[in-house]
Amino acid sequence: MSLDVDVRLDRESFSLDVALSAAPGEVVAVLGPNGAGKSTLLGILSGLLRPDAGHVRVGDQTVTDVGAGVFVPAHRRGVGLLAQQALLFPHMTAEANVAFGPRAQGVPKREAEARARALLADVLPDVPGLPGRKPAQLSGGQQQRVALARAIAPEPGLLLLDEPLAALDVDAAPAMRSLLRRVIRDGKQTAVLVTHSALDALVLADRVVVLGRGRVVEQGPTREVLGRPRSAFTARIAGLDLIPGVREAGVLRTGDGTMIAGRETGGPAGTGEPAVAVFPPSAVAVFAEEPHGSPRNVLPVRLASIEPRGDVVRLRAAPREGGPEWLDGLAADVTPAAVADLAAEPGSALWFAVKATEVEIHPAG
Amino acid sequence: MKRLVAAGVAGLAVVLAAACSSPSQAPSSGGASAAPESRTLTVFAAASLTESFTALEKQFETDNPGVDVKLSYGGSSDLAQQIVNGAPADVFAAASDSTMKTVSDAGLTAAAPTVFATNVLQIATAPGNPKGVAAFADLAKPDVKTVVCAPQVPCGAATTKVEQSTGVDLKPVSEENDVKSVLSKVSTGNADAGLVYVTDVNAAKGQVQGVSFPESSAAKTNYPIAVVKDAPQADLAQKWVQLVEGENGRKTLEAQGFGAA
Amino acid sequence: MTAPPATRARAPRKPDRHEQPVGLPWFVWIPAGLAFLLIALPVVGLLWKADWARMPELLLSDAALDALRLSLETAAISTLLCILLGGPLAVVLARGRLPGLRTLRSVVLLPLVLPPVVGGLALLFLLGRTGLVGRGLELAFGITVPFTTAAVVLAQTFVALPFLVVSLEGALRTAGRRYEAVAATLGASPSLAFRRVTIPLVLPGLASGAVLAFARCMGEFGATIAFAGSLQGTTRTLPLLVYLERETDVDGAVALSLLLVVVAIVVIVVGRPRGSEGLT
Repeated sequence: MSLDVDVRLDRESFSLDVALSAAPGEVVAVLGPNGAGKSTLLGILSGLLRPDAGHVRVGDQTVTDVGAGVFVPAHRRGVGLLAQQALLFPHMTAEANVAFGPRAQGVPKREAEARARALLADVLPDVPGLPGRKPAQLSGGQQQRVALARAIAPEPGLLLLDEPLAALDVDAAPAMRSLLRRVIRDGKQTAVLVTHSALDALVLADRVVVLGRGRVVEQGPTREVLGRPRSAFTARIAGLDLIPGVREAGVLRTGDGTMIAGRETGGPAGTGEPAVAVFPPSAVAVFAEEPHGSPRNVLPVRLASIEPRGDVVRLRAAPREGGPEWLDGLAADVTPAAVADLAAEPGSALWFAVKATEVEIHPAG
Repeated sequence: MKRLVAAGVAGLAVVLAAACSSPSQAPSSGGASAAPESRTLTVFAAASLTESFTALEKQFETDNPGVDVKLSYGGSSDLAQQIVNGAPADVFAAASDSTMKTVSDAGLTAAAPTVFATNVLQIATAPGNPKGVAAFADLAKPDVKTVVCAPQVPCGAATTKVEQSTGVDLKPVSEENDVKSVLSKVSTGNADAGLVYVTDVNAAKGQVQGVSFPESSAAKTNYPIAVVKDAPQADLAQKWVQLVEGENGRKTLEAQGFGAA
Repeated sequence: MTAPPATRARAPRKPDRHEQPVGLPWFVWIPAGLAFLLIALPVVGLLWKADWARMPELLLSDAALDALRLSLETAAISTLLCILLGGPLAVVLARGRLPGLRTLRSVVLLPLVLPPVVGGLALLFLLGRTGLVGRGLELAFGITVPFTTAAVVLAQTFVALPFLVVSLEGALRTAGRRYEAVAATLGASPSLAFRRVTIPLVLPGLASGAVLAFARCMGEFGATIAFAGSLQGTTRTLPLLVYLERETDVDGAVALSLLLVVVAIVVIVVGRPRGSEGLT
């Protein structure tokens, strides 16, 4: 079923004003940092929050329309939810959990149980005796799979996915991600996926809506938006480094005159057109002394923070005294050993170097 | 605050003492020994003696300057249990022979107890006596809610005795633990009548109305008094007994409705 | 009573003898030991004082059997009333959105901090023959509450209600609304979610609350004696009999006290709720 949302919600320190839509069977990812309003949006869609203005339509049913005084309570919306935590009912077996939704809709007991068993066999084919197990007897990943089966069992018109992979171990996340892709995307389930992971969006979503401070910052087809972020904000979320400027022959010139060498993409464009240079943080090499030699873009920065990210360490840059503003937030992913060699700490002066072959220059018009 | 701390420390000490399984050795109460000119006489007395003994206390303290009389009123059997368990009393005045016997059987009276007063039962009704109770037999009427003392306590034992001598079988709605509880059930109007001592009706000062009945003489309750063995203030204790048994004591007790010994 | 996120629930771990937990500071052991002795030693005192030869005779007397039967019956009825009335009250306190809910909660806790005898007097002045409501009951229906077994049940329910309400409200708050929200997104109406999800989730809390309430009812003395009086077979529960027996027969009082201790231990051991899976 299609989704059509245009809502506004005001709180003392925050306001959300968002319009988005999804075609039947489409998966829309909502990306954004903490506090961007993702959870608020989900609450409005699921019927746990009342917006101050606007409407929500699922298929041809208007579930919220502030002007017309329409508010359909959560349990009559046909909007399912898979959250970060499985929240399986601890006192019920896996089968009873999955059968709960159909039973609540009045599906006869036997039929609901049969549907539950079929769904469980689909999401977790290799766990013997799964239907009779209690949630406490399942691993976190298994619980989340059962929760997915439970969420789709009532055949919701719209499924909300609230960071469905965020609480899983690194081992369990990839398998769950591909299961979601199979069940949601290939199953043509209209869904809104809230995430802060560009990877989840790339794998699962047809379209992306980037949310920042309660507003839509950018939206479009997933690959387009994430591959060619138009704002540093989106790039940050996409996990890519992005430098804005204008195009010149084979390079990008920033506002302060720095030249960034890279590969031009997106067809011919005239000199002086707005453009962005984009590269993955893993392509950045970091030095304590200014490197010389091979053709690189070398950027003098100050180290702002050190964040462990799995088996790499992300170094975030800030401009040095008087340096250009666009250096702020540039990221470099390096090995822990490299960090040790640098003997760097926040505040240290460093050099970020990135080969021209790793840099893509996109038109940003 | 200091006293609180002291109480806490004393409590801990009790626990410790118990933990070492030494026989009960309660911390001496108060601590400091009184100076010779200011002495304290501790009298344990049945609750029904409250009005009489409080009146006598003033006289005793006038007659014996520097002496402070401490009166501890309670149910006779409670007081007897306390004395048997080592409570520091000088004199014990009980509301029945049997409770005094608890103390004397334990060898804790200095001399044989003497009876200084008697008490008889009286019917207490709510003011105005709405159910028109006039005789003991009226208490057995089905529409009269009667409250008595339980047979285990002295006033209840006396009630049973009267029932036996009159052949009236009471059907009380409650058997209370003491006369005060009986009185409060009557004075609040929850019961129509109760059986208490005549002195209790007098002490209730109009909250209940007394109805005397001749059969009450079948169950006279004796009030014995005795100096406690090894009393800290044995001489004062003896003086207190003399006061209670003397002319002044008798008059005070009679004013409250007690009979002569 | 904390519910770990369900995703992290694992099978309960067996104690591992290799584990070396962080030790306790020495100074907690002494007061902890004293605290334990303070509770345990008085019971030892009862055992030591008991006249074991007369025990059967003392416990099998008519008065004792009547009191035991009355205590068990009234405590059971009172506990049931606590569940039927206190359960919904706990739900309102935990989930309701009413102004003045905090004040309401303070009032509910009153019997917990009030001396029971005060509660008994309060009940007497409400439901006694001359009381606010009791007067009307007497005039209109000829019903008098004091001195009846119903008065015992009322007194017990009065003092025990907060125990059930407090522990159930805690369980409801711990269970949180998250499961109810999930049930709603699955299409369950509020009443279905309440029956199939909320109630099973708080069942351990309800059970422990009911056990506490039952134990409190069994031990209730002050409110009962002030409000209901004391009559064998009608209003004289075990604690009232203990109090009366000690006037004349300390051995009898000790024997009955031990009986109460045994009942209390049985209640604690049998009734202690074992956490349901995923929710302790």
